[in-house]
Amino acid sequence: MTKPIVPSVSDMPAAQSPQHLVVIGGGMVARRLVDALRSRDAAGSWSVTLLCEEPRAPYDRVALTSYFTGRHPEDLALGGQELWDDPLVTLKRGVKAEAIDRDARTVTTSTGSVIDYDALVLATGSYAAVPPVPGKDLRGAFVYRTIDDVADLRGWVEKRRNELDRPVRGAVVGGGLLGLEAAGALRALDVDTTVVEFAPRLMPLQVDDGGGEALRRLIEDLGVRVRTGTATSRIVGDRGRVSRMEFTEGPALDVDVVIFAVGVRPRDELAVAAGLEVGERGGVIVDDACATNDPAVWAIGEVANIGGRCLGLVAPGYTMAEIVADRLLGGSGTFPGADLSTKLKLLGVDVANFGDAFAQEPGGLEVVISDPVAGVYKKLVMSDDARTLRGGILVGDASAYAALRPMVGRELGGDPAAYLLPEGAGAAPAGDLPDDAAVCSCNNVTAGAIRCAVTDGGCTDLTGVKGCTKAGTSCGSCLPLVKKLVTTELEKSGVEVSSALCEHFDLSRAQLFDVVRVQGLTTFSEIIAAHGRGRGCDICKPVIGSILASLGTGHILEGERASLQDTNDHVMANLQKDGSYSVVPRIPGGEITPEGLIVIGEVAREFGLYTKITGGQRIDLFGARMDQLPAIWKRLVDNGFESGHAYGKSLRTVKSCVGSTWCRYGVQDSVGLAIALELRYRGVRSPHKLKLGVSGCARECAEARGKDVGVIATDHGWNLYVGGNGGFTPRHAQLLAEDLNTETLVRTIDRFLMYYVRTADRLQRAAAWVEDHEGGLDAIRAVVIDDSLGVAADLDAAMAVHVDAYEDEWAAVLADPEKLRRFGSFVNAPDVADDSFAYVAERGQPRPATADERAGGVLIAGTTLEVRR
Amino acid sequence: MTVETGVVPHPDVRRRGFIAVCRVGDLVPERGAAALVSGEQVALFRCADDTVYAVQQLDPFSGAFVMARGIVGTRGEVPTVASPMYKQVFDLRTGECLDAVGKEPVPLAVWPVEVRDGVVHVAPPEGPSEVSSPGTET
Repeated sequence: MTKPIVPSVSDMPAAQSPQHLVVIGGGMVARRLVDALRSRDAAGSWSVTLLCEEPRAPYDRVALTSYFTGRHPEDLALGGQELWDDPLVTLKRGVKAEAIDRDARTVTTSTGSVIDYDALVLATGSYAAVPPVPGKDLRGAFVYRTIDDVADLRGWVEKRRNELDRPVRGAVVGGGLLGLEAAGALRALDVDTTVVEFAPRLMPLQVDDGGGEALRRLIEDLGVRVRTGTATSRIVGDRGRVSRMEFTEGPALDVDVVIFAVGVRPRDELAVAAGLEVGERGGVIVDDACATNDPAVWAIGEVANIGGRCLGLVAPGYTMAEIVADRLLGGSGTFPGADLSTKLKLLGVDVANFGDAFAQEPGGLEVVISDPVAGVYKKLVMSDDARTLRGGILVGDASAYAALRPMVGRELGGDPAAYLLPEGAGAAPAGDLPDDAAVCSCNNVTAGAIRCAVTDGGCTDLTGVKGCTKAGTSCGSCLPLVKKLVTTELEKSGVEVSSALCEHFDLSRAQLFDVVRVQGLTTFSEIIAAHGRGRGCDICKPVIGSILASLGTGHILEGERASLQDTNDHVMANLQKDGSYSVVPRIPGGEITPEGLIVIGEVAREFGLYTKITGGQRIDLFGARMDQLPAIWKRLVDNGFESGHAYGKSLRTVKSCVGSTWCRYGVQDSVGLAIALELRYRGVRSPHKLKLGVSGCARECAEARGKDVGVIATDHGWNLYVGGNGGFTPRHAQLLAEDLNTETLVRTIDRFLMYYVRTADRLQRAAAWVEDHEGGLDAIRAVVIDDSLGVAADLDAAMAVHVDAYEDEWAAVLADPEKLRRFGSFVNAPDVADDSFAYVAERGQPRPATADERAGGVLIAGTTLEVRR
Repeated sequence: MTVETGVVPHPDVRRRGFIAVCRVGDLVPERGAAALVSGEQVALFRCADDTVYAVQQLDPFSGAFVMARGIVGTRGEVPTVASPMYKQVFDLRTGECLDAVGKEPVPLAVWPVEVRDGVVHVAPPEGPSEVSSPGTET
């Protein structure tokens, strides 16, 4: 049976039921296609089914090696779950396409179902190629392509390590991009590693002989052996396992594990079987619209043979995905040709190439800086008049990449060598970049688009521009340049881009923290006299109040410090819209006795307060007048409660699930740990509020990964996550360290929190701080775990001071008549109650009257409104 | 409402309609305090140089009586208070709204203040100046 030809999309009436797109393949490019289509197809003219052979949603294959540095498979997820929750999108995981019937327009899957399509996209990607070497199928020989590949590799290495009474030995066949990634993985697994490359140098496709030599030195310095110009002749087995590699030349190599990383081959077998045209060396032949010889079938990503070759990089794959999305919606986008520039960090070594890196265009001049001592090799290829940049290679330090790549084909201006000197990156020509220069090649964002996001789009910071343009959201290598462009543009439009706190201080919060700490200043007057001007404002005063509190200078309302506090901290309660306050006693870990609940209930009843359970597993009591706060707290403190610091930029709660004590699935005592952490960090003043969570097993019922610091129990201890956030910009916390014992866990959190307290900006949540931190989470991990800055002992000591000096702020106020006096309603009539409040009953509790209710004079009562029960 | 303050007003200021409210020492430096003056809520502020200012306690942006709980500071040479609710900034001397945080500026009514012998005296606002409240046209 043959279906009628589908009319072109632009002819379709919008109200018609959607056409059906089937995408075969579940990789990064497939995901990009679905994402692009769904974000542009507002009318819902296409529904999509994604056949994903792997048992998981598309993930970040480029970051595969990070699986070995502590990340979990879910950390490799691309974007949010929303795409897969879209009713027009069906993701079939673990389902393989078995056959295509182009006449019937159907795909038959491994589960036996037959799916109709109006359009079909092949995004099947590549196989990892395995050379025909004898012994390639022995156990212990792997390829490096999927999460399952790396999980199997890890399992094998751990098994062999347990069996062998010596370090595990491994070899990677292939010294290209993928091979060095794989070598990084082996090294992360503590495997004694050798890289074997057939070509005379490493990364033969990306760097020249000079670059390859620099790369070899850098990698050998890391303890990885390199054998170039070497062909593997066979792998010898022992009891079915790999045990020795033999080469056409040179001595044999004893091995316990071998990874083949010699390249990839397009997975075009479905296309071949369906009679689609494929290239001589494989790949489905497509035109510059990514269409195959069947107009209903498209191919994108590594399987597509475009312009006579298959492209093994993600950026051109993304471009193809965007083109097909555009075409499906009636557009006419075409493939502009691939920018094969790459910037990588392999084994911690920067490698980048761009443009005509090998000076293949005639008449090119090469400017080379090679410094074997510093471990850098940099080359620029210039036009014959040495003015126009044609390409380049950077090994060891690729900081100039972001600035140089967009300049390919343009006049550099000045001495090209200046761009290669260490300070060259600083002289990056970001400001002069033409509008059409592509800054983010992953997402194809031009300098003009970034400028436009600032001038017309109203973005006022890097985060806004990233969200608006997607620049820098994939590999992130262009972020320094994006930041520079944004800053330049903001300055041009008169927006002050300054780290100064406010008009009274030129220092940033972190700088101020340091000078106060180092100089031992203890009062606002001293600080503003030494480092500022005027008498402060509502920006700098609370910041200094917080800094002084973090440095353990005593009660927040003592002496001059009282004048620094925002009203919440000043009366130690939370201001509500009508001028009343709410009160939150601490309930550590959310654990509370029946007696405790009764006390809170009685206090609420007596003072006529509205009660609500908070998101942090405690109870908020609303509608207290300022003058009532001491009496309320007297009752609470007398019954064993203490301040919950709900009013402060400080630790709020440590949320927990019930844990192994009661739960059938819990593996650790999450409540016990949550209470210990809450009691340890209560009262810590920080740049913004702090929320922690502890889950007793991987089910994560405490939602710890939505917290600034989250702890999740494992069979062996605790995994520590940081930088999560709910609120306006939800973020999942990222793994900082895994399987920690409780002591190490607490020490690591101590350091993380103190480092954050000292260095974050005003009102910067931990999530934003981690994101903005130079070097990101890895750099923070280096500081708090490896002590790369040598400050760990200092951070430990600072937290110890806090823990020792902690006292309940409310108990201290109740014991001090001078501080209590400030809670009086009127300075000249402290016993006259403020009568400006009006409440009405709703669902059996008081709530503030609305403006209309007040104006109408209806149902008005004081705060001691009698509530019907 | 009449309130016994226990403070004897200075004879001079009593004649001019000034009412004794409290002692300067009752006010915390660089902090505000609410006071009841002829039944009206007034926000008093004692600045670093012991100058005392009085403005309306009603925050015109939120409709809550909270101005005295704002943070006191300076903008250039101008003494200021920031509303504790939505952070609008006002000139304590004139009541002018210096930063409306994206809203239409609304000024605060200002009470003249005299300090005699350490006693703060406040007089009702002069002229037609009314207490600004939410919805007040300016």
